[in-house]
Amino acid sequence: MNRTKGDEEEYWNSSKFKAFTFDDEDDELSQLKESKRAVNSLRDFVDDDDDDDLERVSWTGEPVGSISWSIKETAGSSGSTHEGREQLKSRNSFSYAQLPKPTSTYSLSSFFKGRTRPGSFQSLSDALSDTPAKSYAPELGRPKGEYRDYSNDWSIADTARRLRKGKVCSLERFRSLQDKLQLLEEAVSMHDGNVITAVLIFLKRTLSKEILFRELEVRQVALRHLIHFLKEIGDQKLLLDLFRFLDRTEELALSHYREHLNIQDPEKRKEFLKTCIGLPFSAEDCAHIQDHYTLLERQIIIEGTFSSPVNLKKTFKIPDKQYVLTALAARAKLRAWQDIDALFTTKNWLGYTKKRAPIGFHRVVEILHKNSAPVQILQEYVNLVEDVDTKLNLATKFKCHDVVIDTCRDLKDRQQLLAYRSKVDKGSAEEEKIDTLLSSSQIRWKN
Amino acid sequence: MAFPHRLDAPELPDFSMLKRLARDQLIYLLEQLPGRKDLFIEADLMSPLDRIANVSILKQHEVDKLYKVENKPALSSSEQLCFLVRPRIKNMRYIANLVNADKTAGRTRKYKVIFSPQKFYACEMVLEEEGIYGDVSCDEWAFSLLPLDVDLLSMELPEFFRDYFLEGDQRWINTVAQALHLLSTLYGPFPNCYGIGRCAKMSYELWKKLEDEEDSESKGRRPEIGHIFLLDRDMDFVTALCSQVVYEGLVDDTFRIKCGSVDFGPEVTSSDKSLKVLLNAEDKVFSEIRNEHFSNVFGFLSQKARNLQAQYDRRRGMDIKQMKNFVSQELKGLKQEHRLLSLRRCKLKYKSQFTVLIPALGRLRSENHSRHYLKKPKNKNKNRDISWPLSYAPALFFLPSGLIPKDYRSLKTQYLQSYGPEHLLTFSNLRRAGLLTEQAPGDTLTAMESKVSKLVTDKAAGKITDAFSSLAKRSNFRAISKKLNLIPRVDGEYDLKVPRDMAYVFSGAYVPLSCRIIEQVLERRSWQGLDEVVRLLNCIEFAFTDITKEDKASSESLRLILVVFLGGCTFSEISALRFLGREKGYRFIFLTTAITNSARLMEAMSEVKA
Repeated sequence: MNRTKGDEEEYWNSSKFKAFTFDDEDDELSQLKESKRAVNSLRDFVDDDDDDDLERVSWTGEPVGSISWSIKETAGSSGSTHEGREQLKSRNSFSYAQLPKPTSTYSLSSFFKGRTRPGSFQSLSDALSDTPAKSYAPELGRPKGEYRDYSNDWSIADTARRLRKGKVCSLERFRSLQDKLQLLEEAVSMHDGNVITAVLIFLKRTLSKEILFRELEVRQVALRHLIHFLKEIGDQKLLLDLFRFLDRTEELALSHYREHLNIQDPEKRKEFLKTCIGLPFSAEDCAHIQDHYTLLERQIIIEGTFSSPVNLKKTFKIPDKQYVLTALAARAKLRAWQDIDALFTTKNWLGYTKKRAPIGFHRVVEILHKNSAPVQILQEYVNLVEDVDTKLNLATKFKCHDVVIDTCRDLKDRQQLLAYRSKVDKGSAEEEKIDTLLSSSQIRWKN
Repeated sequence: MAFPHRLDAPELPDFSMLKRLARDQLIYLLEQLPGRKDLFIEADLMSPLDRIANVSILKQHEVDKLYKVENKPALSSSEQLCFLVRPRIKNMRYIANLVNADKTAGRTRKYKVIFSPQKFYACEMVLEEEGIYGDVSCDEWAFSLLPLDVDLLSMELPEFFRDYFLEGDQRWINTVAQALHLLSTLYGPFPNCYGIGRCAKMSYELWKKLEDEEDSESKGRRPEIGHIFLLDRDMDFVTALCSQVVYEGLVDDTFRIKCGSVDFGPEVTSSDKSLKVLLNAEDKVFSEIRNEHFSNVFGFLSQKARNLQAQYDRRRGMDIKQMKNFVSQELKGLKQEHRLLSLRRCKLKYKSQFTVLIPALGRLRSENHSRHYLKKPKNKNKNRDISWPLSYAPALFFLPSGLIPKDYRSLKTQYLQSYGPEHLLTFSNLRRAGLLTEQAPGDTLTAMESKVSKLVTDKAAGKITDAFSSLAKRSNFRAISKKLNLIPRVDGEYDLKVPRDMAYVFSGAYVPLSCRIIEQVLERRSWQGLDEVVRLLNCIEFAFTDITKEDKASSESLRLILVVFLGGCTFSEISALRFLGREKGYRFIFLTTAITNSARLMEAMSEVKA
């Protein structure tokens, strides 16, 4: 399951890269650490836990421990003595003030160079004995060639690992396509998306897009990362090129269409949508896009003047019920009760008007109530509910007293009316009405 | 009633340490920018920050003013600006605008960006492109584990879900691995590891790599938590899409629990002010009802109120101070619950219509629930209430089984007409993430479904059968649910007051798949015998077990299980596992990338920002 050290070793030993078998070096380094700890006098400037930070190279490949850096460091007043663990944790910081202090002749490459086995290794104190306590211009005496040596010689696995740890690490040495792809594969095998993206940023910069696309087409994980990255940074052009290359026509169309969300100006938005119409959407989406365009076109024409919802309904083939629900809620919010009345009024061929609601009047009432319509209005529609029980329930629920009373009367349900009497206010008109009914001799009560 | 913990339940580790650690680290980072400074905080980080620090702590470390990172020019006059942000491109652009505006104005200030929980190379690239690389210093605040409750750790990374499950971006895997590494450093190694899902496996591998790289001090330690179980959200979308009926889940669905607390607006508090209530185990009343099916909660609360009243009556003799205390502490909480409930009553009715998604897939019970539900996807312009919030409507038809193309198209059209045509992007995303499937033609009803549909003697039977067949076709889910017995057979009514299995979290109709998988694996201590299930989940390569012979593990620790939900978990799942724990004498600890529910999953799929 895990790639063990053994695996890695095997990889490196068999790899054609003449790497300097890092695992061995690691051991060596840990020994180094040991001896380092022993050298108390060096405590001041030797970074206790971390040898890796001896050389710093910015992510784009510039060595950081340079003169300009040193100047800043000297000028900076930030603490040079308290080097806590915490600081090490945040070592990926780019604040120069936080960089561990390098020492002049103390470079990793000097440890690696020409050294074969740990046995031949001298103690660190030997290597460092001539080190002045604090020198802030460490790079001055070093031949220029050495930079390449230490900054570029990280193996592929180590480079990926450093990237994962957020350490600065130059990728510039990966110049051959093969190196680049191996680095990418190493990143993918490590599963860390951040590292994959880091490598992709580098590949995007250093490869032509045809080559990049071609190589990613067969590397789906990396490809997904590139697509997401391009979406995030908003490199729409390259993204569309990529989809075109991959022949993902629908994604291409959707991606293009997506851009309209960023356009605020309605006129520009409309123009943009027009460019979407011919794109290779799925059949159903084509119609939606066309609708979207027509809708915007219309909105612009209308611009504040009267627009006919009925017309819109026709154009966009909105089903009756959906239309009624939308219109009802909208009109109710505006308290345009007359419009609502018109919404449900139909004329038959003789010119008689009739009230009809495709969604059922019980739902009309609910919606009106939700939009806090006054009782008079509610009452009107409760009365239109066909099913008597539903009507009675709704009327009771929404306190449409008249409807309850009238319904009870029509049902000749004396008991229920009697019961309802307790629910109306004492001395109210409703109570009076109930009393009149109850004492009326004209009604033949069923109970 | 109200589940007490078993007496023999193992003690939970103390996770408050994580808060202290995060706070100390933040203080350290703030001190890296000595002197007075203004702090710009990203909105999403405010609630988590609130849980571990407060303004006075920030002030103590020379934070002058606090600003929210938003798309407005900053008015800060401080000489030092510190930004506390998630590693997002738009934040980088915001900072770049600010720094570049300063540059144009000839102003020099110190800038520091603290990324939480880690920085991304893409962010640095933007800083470089914008020409401010080097002008700002960057740091990381590895705050990735927020204890929301005694048994619940959240990474507070809702974007994990979209980034990984929609975009296929693995950027958070390292964050997860780091978090697990931290846990094993603090609480000892995990002798038994299980997992299922591609992301789970990758996270596990990277985590183990981290442990190998650093000779972690945890190796020699006694394990405090005996088991860890990693699970990908896409193993079980169904459970996450179900409307929730356990109390805490319901509160989350209705009011949105944010970082362990909930904001009640004026309409709930029946005053002008809104009220923020922390919901966790410390709230006694809440902890008694959080895992209950909501139908029990009313009764329980009124009983509680009566008891209190009785107590109150008995204590007439109390002096003023005691009385005050009593009223302010005990009654206040209760009143809140009551208020909350009365408001919810109407909402419940509305929601219960599509409460139980699942019976439709397996078995029809003669409940209104399922029938109501079944009408919805098929409604064909009938009874369609377009006032459904954006998030709920899709949850109805984005079932794992797939819709027949005709229904799918008609629903999509209506949805786009109601919510805007730009949501066709949402639909495309849903498909891509596998939340929405359209069924292939030619599928037929299974024998079980035909049988079930015959049971329905309603006049709408024909319609239901149609809808049913359109819902329940060609789904591995159906086979899995049969295999794992997710739809329990119930003779008579399911007594929700005395739950008999985890199905109670969905009214007795459905055992959450995710929880069932965990239960089965723990029982076997491996995936053995679950080959068929693993195959149906398309996870043959991604189901793993790693058991270390660990004699140091105490029997107590072996009953503690850390469940890691990659992509979010719901309160229903938490309740279900808490129930399982009580039954079996385990105790579960939850680690999730974020708390989720159907609405959040749907929103994550939207391109249209509200």
